[in-house]
Amino acid sequence: MYPSRFGYEAPKTIDEAIAILDKYAGEAKVLSGGQSLIPVIKLRFAAPEMLVDINGIPGLDYNRVDPDGSIHIGALCRHEDLENNELMEKHAPTIAAAAPLVSDPIVRTRGTFVGSVCHADPQGDWAATMTAMGGHIVAQGPNGTREIAMNDFVIGPFQNTLAYNEIAIEAVIPAPKGVRVGSYLKLERRVGDFATASVAVSLEMNGETVIGAGIALASVGGRTIDATAAAQSLVGNKITPELIAEVAAAVAATAEPRTDHRGSSDYKRQIVKTFVTRILTGLATTSQKAA
Amino acid sequence: MALDEIKIGGLGASRRRVEDNRFIRGKGNYVDDIVLPGMLHMELLRSPLAHARIKSIDVSKAYEIPGVRLVLTGEMMAARNLAWMPTLSYDTQAVLATDKVRFQGQEVAAVIADDPYIAKDACQAIVVEYEQLPAIVNPFQAMESDSVVIRDDKENQPGNKIFDWEIGDKAATDKAFAEADVVSKMELHYPRSHPSPMETCGSIADFNRATGKLTVYMTSQAPHIVRAAVAMVAELPEHMIRIVSPDLGGGFGNKVPIYPGYVVAILASILTEVPVKWIEDKTGNLISTGFGRDVYLQGEMALRKDGKMLGMRMKTISDHGAFYADAQPSKFKIGLMHSAFAAYDLPAAHLESVGYYTNKAPGGVAYRCSFRVTEAMFFQERMVHAAANDLGMDQAEFRRMNLVKDDMFPYRTAFGFLTDSGQYGKCLDIGMKAIGYDTYKAEQAEARSRGKLLGIGISTMTEPLGAGNSREYDILGIKMFDSAELRVHMTGKAILRTGAMNQGQGHQTTWAQIVAHELGIPADDVTVEEGDTDTAPFGMGTYASRSTPVAGAAVAMVARKIRAKARKIAAHLLEVSEEDIEWELGRFYVRSNKERGVTIQDCALAAYSNMPDGMEPGLENNAYYDPPNLTWPFAAYFVKVEVDAETGVWDVLKVVAVDDCGVRINPMIVEAQIMGGLTEAYAMASMQYQTYDDQGNMIGANYMDYLLPTAWETPGFELHEVVTPCPHHPIGAKGVGECATVAGPAAFVNAVVDALGHLGVRNIDMPMMPNRVYEALTTGKDISGMPPVMMGD
Ligand SMILES: Cc1cc2nc3c(=O)[nH]c(=O)nc-3n(C[C@H](O)[C@H](O)[C@H](O)COP(=O)(O)OP(=O)(O)OC[C@H]3O[C@@H](n4cnc5c(N)ncnc54)[C@H](O)[C@@H]3O)c2cc1C
Repeated sequence: MYPSRFGYEAPKTIDEAIAILDKYAGEAKVLSGGQSLIPVIKLRFAAPEMLVDINGIPGLDYNRVDPDGSIHIGALCRHEDLENNELMEKHAPTIAAAAPLVSDPIVRTRGTFVGSVCHADPQGDWAATMTAMGGHIVAQGPNGTREIAMNDFVIGPFQNTLAYNEIAIEAVIPAPKGVRVGSYLKLERRVGDFATASVAVSLEMNGETVIGAGIALASVGGRTIDATAAAQSLVGNKITPELIAEVAAAVAATAEPRTDHRGSSDYKRQIVKTFVTRILTGLATTSQKAA
Repeated sequence: MALDEIKIGGLGASRRRVEDNRFIRGKGNYVDDIVLPGMLHMELLRSPLAHARIKSIDVSKAYEIPGVRLVLTGEMMAARNLAWMPTLSYDTQAVLATDKVRFQGQEVAAVIADDPYIAKDACQAIVVEYEQLPAIVNPFQAMESDSVVIRDDKENQPGNKIFDWEIGDKAATDKAFAEADVVSKMELHYPRSHPSPMETCGSIADFNRATGKLTVYMTSQAPHIVRAAVAMVAELPEHMIRIVSPDLGGGFGNKVPIYPGYVVAILASILTEVPVKWIEDKTGNLISTGFGRDVYLQGEMALRKDGKMLGMRMKTISDHGAFYADAQPSKFKIGLMHSAFAAYDLPAAHLESVGYYTNKAPGGVAYRCSFRVTEAMFFQERMVHAAANDLGMDQAEFRRMNLVKDDMFPYRTAFGFLTDSGQYGKCLDIGMKAIGYDTYKAEQAEARSRGKLLGIGISTMTEPLGAGNSREYDILGIKMFDSAELRVHMTGKAILRTGAMNQGQGHQTTWAQIVAHELGIPADDVTVEEGDTDTAPFGMGTYASRSTPVAGAAVAMVARKIRAKARKIAAHLLEVSEEDIEWELGRFYVRSNKERGVTIQDCALAAYSNMPDGMEPGLENNAYYDPPNLTWPFAAYFVKVEVDAETGVWDVLKVVAVDDCGVRINPMIVEAQIMGGLTEAYAMASMQYQTYDDQGNMIGANYMDYLLPTAWETPGFELHEVVTPCPHHPIGAKGVGECATVAGPAAFVNAVVDALGHLGVRNIDMPMMPNRVYEALTTGKDISGMPPVMMGD
């Protein structure tokens, strides 16, 4: 596979990177993990004039929890960094559950969390996770930084709302109201295959009572699906089998899957329903035990 | 003293692979590693359409790109009588399309440029005007009377049928059905799959105007066939053609045919007078080169109610793509499909086969299939599974009752093959014990009561390997023997060359072990070389598990010739007559005094320094081996699965493989072959297939759609061994390269179908993706044919 000719710059600061993006006025692309960008260039689906490699910019590879409880993931934090990560297991169980399911171990060593969210692939695991957890992206451009909520950030397949001269520098998940629990399930035909259906669930608990609920879906529509509204009947309640059945059905109804070689739309809804049920049942059991 | 055979790396030694030393250090030498001075690079422009008339090709824009040296089109090939080339099945194939394109990915033009990037840019600058024609994407469309004729280039080709062929005894089979108590039916599709070797196809053609010699470095499993074909197609003298296959990054049958890219690169080198390199990209490989299967199989079995098989009627409808380019013995139109049921004592059988052209990539005989044996055995074991169920008999007992018994060999199969050895019942017993068959029925019932779906699948088969004897087996008239040449140097080290072509099987390791076994020369002292037609003896190459049965036999035979000469030298050195000499591994000694002896190395030195009067100096020879019969390995595979009733996901709980491939030269390599084959079997059963939409667009042209399993999801395999030596092979070996790919898939399918058996499901066609299994288990209906295609996703 031989890509078209392109230029390559490896700036050492965010400002320099922004300046190059600005100069190329839409013809330059940020290169982070390269796990999505390089395949499309190699197949000549994209032919950017310039690649701005941000991997040499120091200080972007962090993932941390601030004293206020908010979670911060830097632009160069790799998928792999979030696997077997005690901070995530404690503060962001949905991320901890999703991390080992993102692509394959090789891709995980290079691909970045933020790059995946920017790529806005409807099948991407991190955009769904961020949506379920109510996160936002911090973008930096020539005029400084701004925060973009997930629902305003990903607006369609492979479309985000960054300006051509902006870089996503970090992903932020706000502090939970109570104790955050959650999980992630995904059906794929093979590791690294794009999923047939994926479900991200993130709940905030006060004892056995749900005080906040977010659910998002990947691979079952033209974009990441925010099913949070369908999960709201959980809020203020204990997780009971009846509620689980109700929410699972409501979430499945928000999916917009297409029939394709991975399965019929009904089948994909069935998977969503099954996964929501399995996750909520698991969370109910653990919250009972904890209480 | 006789040497310890295992210590010198002889038969039975799990010697580490000699090849791996260079491979794991990144020091392999593949075609793409070769750089010749002044070399140019070629890229092919492929057709985006499956079926279209070419109205015009404008290459002027391509020539405007700096660094472009030559653009070749079908018209230019035609001017040199090279627009079409013969296939290995007496058909023709377009080199570069002139009149029409007949499948998506067909070669339309070639750009030769200073580097591959420029060549690719220039390919995009070529403007081809097409007039689209309806695409035929399966044999059922192809057979319709009003369907468009794909091969309108051929005279006497009124429709799309390639052949009609039959074998077996129709009358005897009809009689068996008339007498049957029960008739069981099976109908299925074996999807198109692709060998997808890690290294794609490619070549460097280097025509030297000064010497007139053409050297082609290429990815071929059968370099000598290529040389013969190039001599005929390009009308170059055979002694002026040198084909060199360096290290191959896998082949699996994908690298047997001669592809248009090779031919175009040769012409390009002749025209530019510099070497021209062409390396196919992954999509090019998946979309245009030799695939496997794509056969619809139907049949019915006549049974007595006590379970005895009486007869079998079988029909195949095969899809060969746009050109009939299958590489197979020319006597048979659908390979060795009629090896089906060879393991069973089946009195009568009849097979009818029809083959069709479609607007799809050409091929059919690839992917570790031993000439369609894969389809034959898959159908056989699915049919046997259904028949046992229809009779209400246990799967294992039904097989045991009908498998050929040890005392029935040699056994003439209903289709005329002669199987010669095996312990089928013993293999079955070992497998049943290992999988826990006796407690399984109770376990399954208990699991069902908890809503869990457990299943066990069995697949037992013998397959014909080692084509083949010259009475029956030839490709384009050239008999399918093979050869070996052995030269022992004066210090007792040696070089061995064969007509086979390693592509991962470990010939460098195992051939040396045969020499060690026959001569007592440590395997480490033997260099093995293959693939250079200027140095290697003529052979038909490596595919269809034929290397050990044929070339491996030649290795043993040439070593024996060397030993015979060495014996004369030994007699001379020991000053006794030849009759008084005895042999033990590595050494000749005087019968009356075992202490008095000379080693094979002593004899080698004497062959150069102290030969008997009148003896020709040196210690070298060759052997051409024409096998008396095919070899018949046996396999019994057991797979246990659990199906998730809410998602259709099936997990493999255990795989047990019992293989009898005769004597094992290197048990470690044999086991690796079996594990690799089982992995491919799992792949095809679960996820791997190519299909086409109704426009003829291929799904499976990249690794997002064409799934290769990783170590992550591939189950573990428990291997068991039974050894029944082949009675006619010099070292008793039978070949093993394809057994697991051949017999494996049915074990997986039978297991899933068994898990769902109580729901009325009789068949799920591969790939058994979770959604298809879910549909079967929720509806109780069979799942047939390919998954639906939605483009742009
Ligand atoms: C074999 C394989 C399997 C995969 N499987 C999965 C899977 O199962 N689930 C899944 O979610 N993903 C999967 N992916 C995608 C993978 O997770 C990618 O790593 C991820 O989507 C992109 O992250 P990246 O850092 O590699 O971004 P890149 O490829 O470098 O960039 C992707 C896009 O985002 C833009 N971009 C990147 N970073 C920034 C930034 N900081 N600011 C602004 N724009 C930016 C780029 O310009 C580009 O357009 C797979 C990829 C491969 C190759």
